[in-house]
Amino acid sequence: MSATATRADNGVNVEALLGARQALTDTPAAAQFKWRASCSWVRGTHSKSTVQSFFGLGSEQSHRTEFSFEADHPEVFASEDMGATPVEFVLVGLASCLTAGIAAVAQNRNIQLRSVKATVEAGMDLQGILGIDSDVRNGFDAIKVVFDIDADASKEDINALVAQSQKRSAVFDIVTNPTNVSVEVR
Amino acid sequence: MTLAGATDVVVIGAGHSGLAMSRYLSAASVDHVVLERGEIANSWRRERWDSLRLLTPNWQTRLPGLAYRGPVPDGFMTMSEVIAFIDDYAKVVSAPVRTFTSVNSVTAEDGGYQVSTERRVWRARAVVLANGSSSVPDLPPLSTALPPSIRSLTPREYRNPKQLDDRGVLVVGASASGVQLADEIQRSGRRVMLAVGEHIRMPRTYRGRDIQHWLDAMGVLDERFDAVDDIVRARRVPSPQLIGTPERATLDLNALTSRGVEIVGRLAGVADRKVQFSGSLRNHCAMADLKLNRLLDRIDEWIGNHDVGRGVGAPERFAATQVPQHPRLRVDLEAERIGTVLWATGFRPDYRWLQLPAFDRKGRLKHDGGIVDAPGLYALGLNFMRRRKSSFIHGAEDDVRDLGDHLVAYLRRTTSSAAPPTSTFPALGLKARHYVDSAILRAQFR
Repeated sequence: MSATATRADNGVNVEALLGARQALTDTPAAAQFKWRASCSWVRGTHSKSTVQSFFGLGSEQSHRTEFSFEADHPEVFASEDMGATPVEFVLVGLASCLTAGIAAVAQNRNIQLRSVKATVEAGMDLQGILGIDSDVRNGFDAIKVVFDIDADASKEDINALVAQSQKRSAVFDIVTNPTNVSVEVR
Repeated sequence: MTLAGATDVVVIGAGHSGLAMSRYLSAASVDHVVLERGEIANSWRRERWDSLRLLTPNWQTRLPGLAYRGPVPDGFMTMSEVIAFIDDYAKVVSAPVRTFTSVNSVTAEDGGYQVSTERRVWRARAVVLANGSSSVPDLPPLSTALPPSIRSLTPREYRNPKQLDDRGVLVVGASASGVQLADEIQRSGRRVMLAVGEHIRMPRTYRGRDIQHWLDAMGVLDERFDAVDDIVRARRVPSPQLIGTPERATLDLNALTSRGVEIVGRLAGVADRKVQFSGSLRNHCAMADLKLNRLLDRIDEWIGNHDVGRGVGAPERFAATQVPQHPRLRVDLEAERIGTVLWATGFRPDYRWLQLPAFDRKGRLKHDGGIVDAPGLYALGLNFMRRRKSSFIHGAEDDVRDLGDHLVAYLRRTTSSAAPPTSTFPALGLKARHYVDSAILRAQFR
């Protein structure tokens, strides 16, 4: 076997993904997914969220098991620091989405990954959430993601991987583009 | 010496506030001059759109010494009527106005101020900034990011829909200006999209009377700057969604939607030649509805506790703001034939010529209810400056009385106290005296 015929193995079942893409092109209704989470207040700023069910492929689906996440704020906020800060969950979501995308795209492009590491940092001016200055937004002023990638590919190909993963990333879209949000009380 | 141009007080601006202050100063026998860059009521003449009428009813259009006496107390003055009213007022008060006299700079000088105009340099012991709170359109930074084919227009330049090409218009901001302009342009047959952030919803009439009647009667408009929780926030509250029309019509987002205006969220960004709108529209509308209902509850409660006479209607509640199921978040202006963005994003006063350390880090004038952070310097007519009504025409009366009292006391104090013997420093007498006084004053103001 020649080197070019070697299939990279990043643990991503690209054939299944491509098959799903074809199937969902034929039956767009099945492509409609609903993602869910529920969150219960514990005390103070501490809450516990769980995810298990979701909807997709035309029916109710479920994760193998229920996952749970503790969220809180650090002690410098006079909180008890029982979990990551909600804004850090956003960073986790962005980094893990981009990383998953890199693996999938690399697999599709037959690039073997050895290590992929993302570090994310986001700036925030607390004058926003504290209501000190109404010109300051509540959220991040910017997010910076830095990837260290060791792979059997040229620098250009790795850059192209990272670019393509942003183009197809749900969380990248969520944090870069507005989304209608409705919040109701039952 | 350049005492030829000396006076006690220079009032900058011959609008309703400056003229009301002139009347006060004349009554107190204070030597003063009113400098006006154009004509009396200049911004009402040149910086308003054609169809604009006052948001306040005629009965509320009053100044110390002059009030509306016409046949339609519940009507709303057109711009030409406002100009005539202010012109009349200048005659009534015999104000010493110097028209077509632009101020180029105001600097601190010998414990007083030097006010430079093209023709003359005035020295004054005190200065009143009455040049208006709505001089410069306050544009968001992203206003410069629009594609070049899109025309950017502010309400200061807008006159009527004939100025526009036949493409659609994105109106940014849903305060009084924004809803009025969206309505007028939609009625002209052009497509209109209205970007809505935080806003104040108000019916024109409630229980048979103008909403201003209730706000006035309940004392809401008299609420003082030092009695509210957060004055910085209160001063930023956008103007309520009101229009003055002979029909006394309410102009809220539901009315606009029913006429075909498309409402979208707050303008959030410009990217890839598309404008982006925030997904917070539903929340902004829900907040405005909640605040409206709180206000109506307050009015109902007040009516219940007061003898309001006959002719008061039953309590009403208005339909919740209808928000589109999926408000649009991204619009390609060129592809959708939207040719103009009209920035109804508010105004700020123009103090570019005020060369004094009287501004905060964000460039806002530092003042305590109109008493500026520089001795002998006063402002008039700013949003919620001393009272909620400070920026209204009828708000001038109480503010002018308060600040006039303060100003006259300041002039007396700086004339009588702490004058060093001029014989010691004959040449520098005036200067030395003013330095001492301003030091004393600074200590007093701390």
